[in-house]
Amino acid sequence: MATLSFKDFKSDQEVRWCPGCGDHAVLAALQRALPQVSAACGYEKERYVVVSGIGCSSRLPYYMDTFGFHSIHGRATAISTGIKVANPWLTVWQACGDGDALAIGGNHFIHAIRRNIDINIILFNNQIYGLTKGQYSPTSKLGAITKTSPYGTVEHPFNPGSLVLGAKGTFFARSLDVELKLNEEIMTAAAMHDGCSVMEMLTNCVIFNDGAHRSLSDPAVKADHTIVLRHGEKMIFGKDRDKGLVYDGRELRVVKIGENGITEDDILVHDAHTNYVGLHMALADMKGPDYPVALGVIRDVRDITYDDGVRDQVKEVTAKAKIHNMDELLHSGSTWEVK
Amino acid sequence: MQHKVIDAKDVVIRFAGDSGDGMQLTGTLFANTSAVYGNELSTFPDYPAEIRAPHGTVSGVSGFQVHIGSSDVTTPGDYCDMLVAMNPAALKANAKWCKRTATILVDEDSLTEALIQRAGFKTDNPFTELKVDDRNLIVAPITTLTEESLKDSGMDKKAIDKCKNMFTLGMACFIFDRPLDYTFEYIEKKFAKKHPEVVEPNKKVLRDGYNYAANLQMVADTYHIAPAKLKKGTYRNITGNQATAWGLMAASEKSGLPLFCGSYPITPATAILEELAIHKYLGVKTLQAEDEIAGVCTAIGAAYAGNLAVTTTSGPGLSLKSEALGLAVMTELPLVVVDVQRAGPSTGIPTKTEQTDLGQALYGRNGECPMPIVAAHSPAHCFNAAFNAAKIALEHMTPVFLLSEGFLGNGSEPWLIPSMSDYPEIKPPFATSVSEDGKFHPFERDENFVRKWALPGQKGFEHRVGGLEKNHEGVLSSDPQNHQLMVDERAAKVQKIADFIPELEVDGPEKGKLLVVGWGGTYGHILSAINEIRSAGKQVSRVHFDYIVPVPRNTRKVLESFDTILVCELNSGQFAGYLRTLYPGLNIKSFGKVQGQPFLVNELVNAISKEI
Repeated sequence: MATLSFKDFKSDQEVRWCPGCGDHAVLAALQRALPQVSAACGYEKERYVVVSGIGCSSRLPYYMDTFGFHSIHGRATAISTGIKVANPWLTVWQACGDGDALAIGGNHFIHAIRRNIDINIILFNNQIYGLTKGQYSPTSKLGAITKTSPYGTVEHPFNPGSLVLGAKGTFFARSLDVELKLNEEIMTAAAMHDGCSVMEMLTNCVIFNDGAHRSLSDPAVKADHTIVLRHGEKMIFGKDRDKGLVYDGRELRVVKIGENGITEDDILVHDAHTNYVGLHMALADMKGPDYPVALGVIRDVRDITYDDGVRDQVKEVTAKAKIHNMDELLHSGSTWEVK
Repeated sequence: MQHKVIDAKDVVIRFAGDSGDGMQLTGTLFANTSAVYGNELSTFPDYPAEIRAPHGTVSGVSGFQVHIGSSDVTTPGDYCDMLVAMNPAALKANAKWCKRTATILVDEDSLTEALIQRAGFKTDNPFTELKVDDRNLIVAPITTLTEESLKDSGMDKKAIDKCKNMFTLGMACFIFDRPLDYTFEYIEKKFAKKHPEVVEPNKKVLRDGYNYAANLQMVADTYHIAPAKLKKGTYRNITGNQATAWGLMAASEKSGLPLFCGSYPITPATAILEELAIHKYLGVKTLQAEDEIAGVCTAIGAAYAGNLAVTTTSGPGLSLKSEALGLAVMTELPLVVVDVQRAGPSTGIPTKTEQTDLGQALYGRNGECPMPIVAAHSPAHCFNAAFNAAKIALEHMTPVFLLSEGFLGNGSEPWLIPSMSDYPEIKPPFATSVSEDGKFHPFERDENFVRKWALPGQKGFEHRVGGLEKNHEGVLSSDPQNHQLMVDERAAKVQKIADFIPELEVDGPEKGKLLVVGWGGTYGHILSAINEIRSAGKQVSRVHFDYIVPVPRNTRKVLESFDTILVCELNSGQFAGYLRTLYPGLNIKSFGKVQGQPFLVNELVNAISKEI
């Protein structure tokens, strides 16, 4: 198999996102991650299908030189599900925004997760409706001032991580648009995960919600405001790598190594593969100012997948069947002769 | 009264009881017995939306009408020769369907003051109050006799009471000269594995019912309905929903593509999804989606990936699918959308039949968004209609409507089993070459305006589809001229299908004063009405549309040959309006009915006679 490079995944279409939009970086990470996935799994390019709904980020399939389906608002997850069930050999990627996946398409989103169908969902979360020019989304912060909330929103946002884990998600990762390296790592891990993978990408909408994630992306403070979780590694963060997370039997706590007798040995080790969802939920829920925001692969566990289930059931009942074609079926059961 | 054996050409029997009384099963078994006996038949289940409505109330009455005969049975019949009423409510709800000469069988044990009151009678004599006391009444203590029959069976009273319907079926089998073998066989097959202890009691109570009726010869007439002169071959009984499922599976076999059905349960279409789910061993994949929208969208995804994709629904579900159907039109993917129509608008009367979704199928999408429409005209015809809908979808790269109706989906009729070798192969236009620039252009078209189908996984054919307007190469375009061109081509593609469907066949003279037009499930009723009018010596022609979009090529020629065109349909004139739009200037009249019920033959006879 010929080695693929990121150029193989670039289409000849002009990318039409605003200059400075976070989506550019996510696209670049995907175009860099897929050659690595191909190298690791032996996937040819024609095996990839990229699906999207409606919204700025949903333009992504046009920029990938793969099979692509730009569908309708909110329904990408249902389209992806149909593609994967129809041909489980395909590897399906999906781009959708916070409005697309969590508002109009919320139902499909939770059910794809519940079914654990093997698709890879990149959730572009810019906390705003960009394509319709600046209305609040289901992830906009309480009180957010937007065109449809001139006096501030009066509704609570979804935390996509808790939603995914609450629906018994088997894979959830979070990152920022600017974290190119981490995003390649997450995307590769998602591709390797057999089941529904959700990657929340906190993206910057330079026009309508600029700086929404600045406290997480600003080089001056990001080390103290985020923690990158990696399976098997200590939960340590901070500019001086001197802060960590411990579990006190009741809740997660941020501690300083070297203070109050705390040593590195006391710091939690991230186990992304444990079935126990409680700690993953607590990690996904963390937010400032008391906690760092968790990035990286928070949960990655194995469970049966829907697409395997469908395929195996067809195989199983076919092997046992006494009827093998339509003619046999038509003559099965109660029939009678007219002579 | 002297007992008579009546030689009848046909009879109509209506079984009615509480929705938990097992009347649908009783009717089905009676119908199947008659089919095996060799009669022509047609059935009409008429049941409430409530699964177990309050016991003994009129709203909870479930009915099943069977029309059996030795020839020309094309409808379930307007009025019945015999009504079986398991309680006063069933009698009250159905007395209006009894002929003057009808026999009415009632469970005497149900004629209690409480049940008579619960059925809403004002007096203690339901027969007088309903003015049916002059009919041939058989008042038999069915509950007591069933209990007596099964007192040594070891079953409890509740279980025994559930066998009342078998006792009644036994009686009906005697009165209509039906053998019990079929039902014996059914009972054995149904219970032998899981509940072997109830096999013998059920057979006993059936036989006891039969014998009891035999001893009733003093008061009741019996009927003899000779077997029909049917075409030779092997037959089976089939409902419309089952035939729809099988027709789709047949198309899957003939195209070599796996069948994928993405669907959400909805009355009266659910049985198609259930039927398909049984046949996974023939490679069928069914996905019970989280909602109607996911049903159609998973199907569109499956179509993109190369399956024969189907979604099944009824009116309200179709409303939810509208936007996605636009996507299927725009991406030009093959998809069969089955709409088993029910009484609307909104939730309407879910278990009752209508043809009121035609307008929605024709026009219910945003933009210029044409879709072919195929309509089934009888329960067994659903097989061919589904097969043809799938063939059009796959060979012309378009979503296609298959309009069925609750009346067809739940109704059944005997069916001469076809051979799959009589059906054509289905050949989708798979892409085999790329364009000169080395790329696959997804929306370049052939002489029938059909695009090529390249499947994900096909090396070198990577391409994008979507809901945005694009040019032939698949590149997004908001150019005004290009949009006009693509709109025109999508419409031309659908119209071109007319070259691939049969022309209309006129029943009767091809020129004249009056042409009666129908489509869909009114076929049998219109046919019966026309036959009745002709037997009275009058002349009238008839035509039935199985294809609505596009209409058959000779439609204009056929319609223009008549002074008046009378369109009979179960709506307020939707097809008539469509024909007026296509052929302005013709004298197109409409006879519509929107009552959640099929036409009665006699109301059609009256309506048609007025125009002659």
